[in-house]
Order: sequence, then structure tokens, then C-alpha cells
Amino acid sequence: MSAGLKVVRAGLFDSLQDLGRTGFMALGMPTAGAMDRIGLGLANALAGNPANTAGLEIGVMGPDLLVEADSVRIGLVGPLSAALIDGPDAAPKPLDSDRSHLLKRGQILRVGMIEGSSTAYLAVAGGFDLPAFMGSLSTYSRAGIGGFDGRKLAAGDLLPLAKAGAPAGDERRLAQPFDYGSGPLRVVWGPQEDYFSDEGRRTFVESEYRVSKEADRMGIRFEGPTIAHARSVDQGGADIISDGIAPGAIQVPGAGLPIVLMADRQTVGGYPKIATVASVDLPRLGRLLPGQTVRFTAITVEEAEALRRDQEARLQRAIAGFVVARPPGGIDLARLYEENLIDGVVFDSPWNVTSKPSSAEGGTK
Amino acid sequence: MSVRYLSCGDTAFTVEFGNEISPEINGRVMALHTAIGLAREAGEISGVEETVPTMRSLMVTYDPLSTSRADLQPRVDALIARGLPADATSRQVTVPCCYDDPEFAPDLAEVAERTKKTTEEVIAAHLASPFKVYVLGFMPGLAYVAGLDQALFLPRRSQPRVRVPRSSVAIAMDMTTIYPFESPGGWHLIGRTPLWMFDKRREQPVFLSPGDSLSFERIDRGSFDRIAGEVEAGTFDWSSLVKSK
Repeated sequence: MSAGLKVVRAGLFDSLQDLGRTGFMALGMPTAGAMDRIGLGLANALAGNPANTAGLEIGVMGPDLLVEADSVRIGLVGPLSAALIDGPDAAPKPLDSDRSHLLKRGQILRVGMIEGSSTAYLAVAGGFDLPAFMGSLSTYSRAGIGGFDGRKLAAGDLLPLAKAGAPAGDERRLAQPFDYGSGPLRVVWGPQEDYFSDEGRRTFVESEYRVSKEADRMGIRFEGPTIAHARSVDQGGADIISDGIAPGAIQVPGAGLPIVLMADRQTVGGYPKIATVASVDLPRLGRLLPGQTVRFTAITVEEAEALRRDQEARLQRAIAGFVVARPPGGIDLARLYEENLIDGVVFDSPWNVTSKPSSAEGGTK
Repeated sequence: MSVRYLSCGDTAFTVEFGNEISPEINGRVMALHTAIGLAREAGEISGVEETVPTMRSLMVTYDPLSTSRADLQPRVDALIARGLPADATSRQVTVPCCYDDPEFAPDLAEVAERTKKTTEEVIAAHLASPFKVYVLGFMPGLAYVAGLDQALFLPRRSQPRVRVPRSSVAIAMDMTTIYPFESPGGWHLIGRTPLWMFDKRREQPVFLSPGDSLSFERIDRGSFDRIAGEVEAGTFDWSSLVKSK
């Protein structure tokens, strides 16, 4: 019998994504891929997978998934209100996010709502047993390719698992939430900053922009002060001979409002692009919700590259620093130490006569 | 001819050969596209993820974890300075097209009227145009094909259609195109090919490539239906349409 996760109730925007379909932009093929590569990377690492394994990208509300396998280990990342349902009449039990879980046959994983981010990720140990299209499992629904039948998930779908059961091992969790950064989104000027007036460029970096309702995997439209082009829009000031579009490119059509182009962006376009969001901040963009506000600040290419390398090193340290997570009903010793409880109750208690010397590594922080 | 390097964040840059559409400029774009591909195969350049040719520029995407702009740009400069290879990889592609069915060519009569030609003259001019695929984009497999006979130049329709059927052959401005999917569109529909420009079942799902030379071959409705049946069934011999130059 084949192992799988059955969608018993669909979420809203769930699609399988890996790190993207690289190498076919010249044929007009968008890269697609995870909107938040850090979230997917952490989910995969928690599940014990290589970074580019396809996982489920969850938007707004996730699905209910019935385990049709002996067992499966999952990595769950993002601000989810997930729950586990043991059987038809059982009450849902809350399931922590930012950690792995071992699920057994017949249990239902209720991924639930996301609060405070537009995306969250679910990885399964060993990945999904689905065919890659042009080298990738990323779903690009506009062309009906990749992922599960080229579309978002629907009730009744059975997602086949590559492994019939989970390998033995501890469950693990993030020691602390990953720091995505804060402050203005960092951008590099160009490729067409010269299509904007000095005043237009100033408006762009000195104003606050709000994420509109028109925000999806293709792009995020912002609302705010209009950015002036250098030449009159009537005379072609907002038209260029189409050129390639990099991830995070900020195009400004004639109306003067910025659109940041994301994973499902088209490969080429004819609007001038004032700047490009540095790759270090693309995961933050991939988590933005309508109504949230941002500012932009300009940095150099070299600074952007250095920030990206630093972020990758921090991601690898976060993965190396995963701690063992409390099994259901058990005690999570690592967490107790970290939260300084054991020190407080045992070592520093006035009636603790077998006191050990208090030391720097004794758990105090 | 000098080039401009335009920044596209820390994962790409664009090499711009000019700010106009011309066969010479696009030829240089395609030559650099080919040269970087060869340099990657030879191990002379690493960290490049892909190159995206357009009418007048080439976007080079890279992984900032394994290379940098400061390392790559001089290597690209050196390739340009070394002299770019001739258009070695280009192919000659034939696309069968049925112009005769009014359902396939709803705009043919209007195009004839506006260009002061007969419909037969419009078809003859389309068949005789020395087409070249300049760029693919907007949607997977959608090719912007330049080289249209000047006598057929028209602006786009003032009212775009909400639905253009898949495989429609259309013209606008100085170009022709073939719709890979049913989609909205504002170009003039003058025929239809039984081919699918994008077929996810094929090993090479996208039929046309940048740099292809392209000509249309007139077919009647009977041939259209026969080829369409083979394409649908997945038995059509696509290689019969492609010659390497």
C-alpha cells in the first residue's frame, strides 16, 4: 500500500514549492519556488531533508491532512495554530510550530490558520514522491505545472510520500525564532533608476508604503506616495524595451506605485524598475500581509551580497543549534535549562544542601 | 560598441547592448548568451545560474553564496572583449499555419483592408517574412518573433480580446507571435497552427528558443486537423520541423 497524506479538507493557497525552477527563464519559464526560502529551509532541516526538497507552502489557512502511512515525520515552520486529531471523535490537541513532529497512521494534522505572516511551511521527512517538471517540483499554477498536478491542493488529493515510515530519532525544534531582520527593506538601485526623477527616487526611499490587497506569489502591489518618472509617462517615460526581471525587482508603471515582483513573476517586462530588493530581505517580503507597511533603504551590491552571506551563515547556525523537543507527555530538559528553571528550582534553592557551584555554563543567561 | 552593466540586486545584473531593437544588437545579445553557456560548460565561469536574453540585453543571474558581482562582471567583460562567437546554435524552424478558416483568422480581412492588400497578399507577405525569435516571455513559450514584412505593420487592436485561443498566429507592430495558452490578447489573429508552443508532456516542453529562424508553411484545414490530432495524441514528429543551421 502506498504511503501518503490525504487532503481531507483543503486550505486556501497551499502549493508544493522547492527553491525554484532554475535554468529556463530564457524560454519564458518563471522560476516559481518558495516565497520564504528560510521558512522552507528550516522546515526541511527539522524534517531531516536537504534544503531543496519540496515542501508545502501554506497561505492564510492550511489543510487538514490524514496520515495514510505507518508514520511520518514533519517539520512545521511559521506562526501556525496547528492541531493533531487522533481519531474521528477526538478533540484537536494543539501542536507547536517551529519543530518536528512524528505522526501516526489515522491521525489528522490540522495545519490551521497563520497569524502574522502570509506564508508557513510543512516539510515531510524524505519528501513527496512526485515527478519533477523541468528539474523542479515547484508549482507554477498559471501554466499548470509542477507540484501536485500543477495546482493548489484540493480535498481528496493524496500526496504520495517517498518514505513509508519515519526513521527513528528525536524530535527537534528551533532553539529560538529565526531573526528575519527588521527596519526598512534593503534595496539596490537599478536596473532603471535613471527612468525616475531625483524627486521620484527621494519619494521612494523617504516614504512609507502599504501592502495592498493585490499581493500574491507573482507580486506585491504597494500603496503610498506616487514615484515620479524622469520623463512624461505620455511620452514613454514608463516604457522600456522589455528586459529580464530578477527576484525582488521593483517595477513602477505609469501610475507611479511600486510593484515588487516575487516567485511567480514573469521572466521579462516592459516597465522601468527603480530598484531591486536585496536577496537577504526577500523572505521578509514573502511573509508580508496586506495592510502592513514598509520603508525602503538603498545599499550597494557588495553590501547586499555580504548581508546575504551573513544570513546564510546564521541560518546554518540555527540549524546546527536545533535542540531536542519534548516528546508528548515528557519533559523537555533542554528547554527547562534554557528557561533557567532548573537552576532556579534546584541549584539556587536555599534548602538545596547538595549545591553545585554555580557556573557560567550552569544555564543562566 | 560599449555595453552598460545594470544592477538587478545581488542575484543578477543586466548587460545592455543598446536601447533600440535591431538584428545587430540582438545578435550580440544571443552571442553573449551562447558564450556564457560555453564558458560555464568549460568550467571557466561558475556561480552563474542562468542567462535571460531579450531584444537588446542579457540578464545574468547568479548565486551570491558562491560568486559575486565583482568576480563575474570582469569575466563577462573578458568574454565580450575576446570576441563573441557567431550565431552557432541557431535553428531553422518551420511552423505550419492554416490561414483559410474564418474561425482561425478572424482579423485577416481587417488586416487586409487596413494595409490595402487582398487577404491572399497578406498571407503571402506573412509567409515570405524572414522571421527570427527575439525573446520568450510574458508566459512560458510565448515568443516575440520579429522580421514581419513592413507592409503589414499595424498597432495592436484598440480593444484587446478577453480570450485568444491557444495556438493562434497573430501579428502586431513589427512582429508575429503564437499564443502558447488561451489568454487575453490584443494582437491581430490571422491564422492558427496545429502545434502547441508549450506541451508539458514533452521532454522539451517549450518548442521555440531565442535565436531560432522561423518561417510559416501554409496548410489547409484537412492537414491542420490531421497534425492537430497527432499533437493532441502525443505522436507528432516535431523533429521534422527543425533544421540545424
